[in-house]
Amino acid sequence: MGKYIEMIRIRFLMMLAYRTNYYSGILIYSINIGAYYFLWSAIYGGKENIQGLSITQMTTYIAVAWMARAFYFNNIDREIAMEIKEGKVAVEMVRPYPYLNMKMMQGLGEGIFRLLFFSVPGMIIVALVFPIELSTNASTWLLFFLSITFSFIINTQINLLAGIATFFLFNNDGLIRAKRVVIDLFSGLILPLSFYPMWAQNVMSYLPFQGISYIPSMIFTEGFKGSQIYEALLNQAIWSLLLIIPVYGLWILAKRQLVVQGG
Amino acid sequence: MQNIIDVQGLKKEFKSFSSRSGLKGAFRDLFTRNYTIKTAVDDISFTIKKGEMVGYIGENGAGKSTSIKMLTGILTPTDGKIVVNGMNPHKEREKFVKTIGVVFGQRSQLWWDIAVQESFRLLKKIYNVPDQQYEEHMKDVIETLDIGPLLDKPVRKLSLGQRMRCELAAALIHNPPLLFLDEPTIGLDVLVKLRIREFLKRINEKYGTTILLTTHDLSDIEALCERVVMLDEGKIIYDGPLKELRENWAEGKQIQFQFSEEATLEELQHLTQEHLVVWEKGESDLVWVASVEADETVISGVIGKVTAAKKIADLKILEISTEEIIRNIYVEGAVRHG
Repeated sequence: MGKYIEMIRIRFLMMLAYRTNYYSGILIYSINIGAYYFLWSAIYGGKENIQGLSITQMTTYIAVAWMARAFYFNNIDREIAMEIKEGKVAVEMVRPYPYLNMKMMQGLGEGIFRLLFFSVPGMIIVALVFPIELSTNASTWLLFFLSITFSFIINTQINLLAGIATFFLFNNDGLIRAKRVVIDLFSGLILPLSFYPMWAQNVMSYLPFQGISYIPSMIFTEGFKGSQIYEALLNQAIWSLLLIIPVYGLWILAKRQLVVQGG
Repeated sequence: MQNIIDVQGLKKEFKSFSSRSGLKGAFRDLFTRNYTIKTAVDDISFTIKKGEMVGYIGENGAGKSTSIKMLTGILTPTDGKIVVNGMNPHKEREKFVKTIGVVFGQRSQLWWDIAVQESFRLLKKIYNVPDQQYEEHMKDVIETLDIGPLLDKPVRKLSLGQRMRCELAAALIHNPPLLFLDEPTIGLDVLVKLRIREFLKRINEKYGTTILLTTHDLSDIEALCERVVMLDEGKIIYDGPLKELRENWAEGKQIQFQFSEEATLEELQHLTQEHLVVWEKGESDLVWVASVEADETVISGVIGKVTAAKKIADLKILEISTEEIIRNIYVEGAVRHG
């Protein structure tokens, strides 16, 4: 356990070493949230609510979705791809730890850093500018944090899958980029899933992506009520466990396939 | 003494794809690929005992790195048996790698953006090294490698020589009984090389650390290893003491005379007619080189005769260097045994 905590700490230090990147990051996220706010105000155009969400709930949804993204989002897919391409994975393999777990911990270090230095200040700025309703209910916050933890797990597992695919494809920049778009779209970051046509909602309910952004954002905005919340959390938990299977399966195949490039 | 490394019939094959030529060929490649099987390591067997320092040499592409990667558990062998530190490196990877240290000269193991000591701290946690053992052991390592002042600098700000010394220290944090060094002195200056060699000798003496070293710099091997394993095209072509290799291959010596007066070939041949000598003219008219058998009476006989008859300004006895020997072996492709 000590090594994992140490790894999170190291990642934290690495992020601090390049902290200036984050000032621009906060700006970009704020602009994104602003753009969506104005877009949605135009769409609502005086209507009380659409699909059961009021305009304030919608703005809160967008703001929370982006701030949660800062936590669950990480670049470990690209990092794994890079390590494989440059042959650095050789160094990782002579270390006495499970590579995937360690990568996940690095992602967590990155996530915690962003949550503290990015999401929190970002949320304060956004709350000052836009009409956002933050819940005062402690249990909502608690459930939200539980939910974004699952978001992190699901998103990281998908990232691991995309990263490990490099072992077979050698160059999978395209796959990684496609994956990013699919997640942004199908997770409900850009548009809440309840706005999609019925058939698309049906398809998406069988996919893990809604657990990444839609569920935590709906919990936070209190768009989910009562048993809906627990069903949603259960859905996330099941996907978190289920995705372990393809990740480890692919990893075992990948290790057999391993060719260390470059000498 | 027990065997630390025991390799029997080790083999590694890679599939390599070749692309067809032209546009039509490229389209065909989309559906079926041509591939050839390349054998990087072909049926090698050797054992290494505890406390040995072994030089593992070969040309580029001879299979050194591939076999090191199999020994460290990074690659799965196609065939054959490997037992290192009593374990199968690939099967029991996590447990196994705790008992070895690895330095890849061309790849950094330290984290690029953070201070060296943070990397050390992380590695200490990863290898579960107790505080007391770490303090004792690393204090010694840091002192001998003289990296104390570098510890608070990020790795990206270190020079190659400084980084390499830190890499070596990082590989030794858990004081492993077996150390793999893959070209540890690549691109380093003479002083750093000397320091690293001294350090390796020291840990070998102090802790009985077994060291397997690959390098292109044969002076490393000469300074450190008594035994060499030589690879060519995936096969072991020599495994034995470096001394024997030198004796069998360095036939004869060369004596270089610099005369203070002009000498002719006939004159010199006449002087040394009792012995089997081949005279060659050197860089100038005054310099002549005599190639003779490596036999003391012949050498002193030739020197005696020549110096008695002619005035000389300088005299050198040249031995064939290990580098030349290795080159000869590769040119001939096999090793002759005594």
